[in-house]
Amino acid sequence: MNPNYSVATHSSSSTLATNKLIRNTYTLLSMTLLFSAGAATAGVMMNLSQGMALGATIAAIAMLWFVLPRTANSAVGIPVIFGITGLLGLGLGPVLNYYLSVNPNIVMTALGGTGAIFLGLSAYALTTRKDFSFLAGFLMVGMFVVIGASLLNIFLNIPVMSLAVSAAVIMIMSGFILYQTSAMVNGGETNYIMATASLFLSIINMFQALLHILGAFNSND
Amino acid sequence: MDWIQIGSVVLLGAMLIFIFPRMRHAVKNAPKGSSKDWLNYLMILVVVGLFIVFLVQMV
Repeated sequence: MNPNYSVATHSSSSTLATNKLIRNTYTLLSMTLLFSAGAATAGVMMNLSQGMALGATIAAIAMLWFVLPRTANSAVGIPVIFGITGLLGLGLGPVLNYYLSVNPNIVMTALGGTGAIFLGLSAYALTTRKDFSFLAGFLMVGMFVVIGASLLNIFLNIPVMSLAVSAAVIMIMSGFILYQTSAMVNGGETNYIMATASLFLSIINMFQALLHILGAFNSND
Repeated sequence: MDWIQIGSVVLLGAMLIFIFPRMRHAVKNAPKGSSKDWLNYLMILVVVGLFIVFLVQMV
């Protein structure tokens, strides 16, 4: 076989696989976001208690850590990811109820803002095809520090610290969106279920942090 | 401290324990970025930050 032809065929099949991964990821992400929005609406309408919401979030995280990695390479991974995103959506119920009662505009602005940031960052990573794998260490350390600060603030209860954590979460989630999208483009991620889970978590964390910041600066108080 | 706070402490503590080995692995094995890469990332964060300020002005 002509070596040039072989290289061209390999490169073309690799591009096809990348395009398929991106298409599958964004299709699944859209469906899980819609499902999660439905679950969040149910949580709002049922007036879900904070305890139930915390329970739903803990169940989702347990599935994310212990069930998804074992099922992501099979068809079982699809209902698992819907289960995780549904539970996380349900867990948003009390937070959404609170902000809807304060000023519904906050929720709509946070939703639109999160969508715009996600689309902008994804489009940037997809079109430039830049490799953001160098961010891995920085993002994980940032995540560790933010979780530690959140834990500390449960005891200290300092409003400014809580706002700083939310601002840091938005910056770190922006990095995760760039990192994950670039991993799909450059071959660092080959499983569309895991890619969907990662992007979904970035979006939902960013949405919650944005809600908190917009709520804190709300002029209708 | 009510039981919801206790639940949150347990959840966040578990997250720290779960993330720690992954963080160590990422710090050791992630490729190093050039100063141009970091500047590029910083510029993106500045744009995101300015957009958040714009959103805050809107509500």
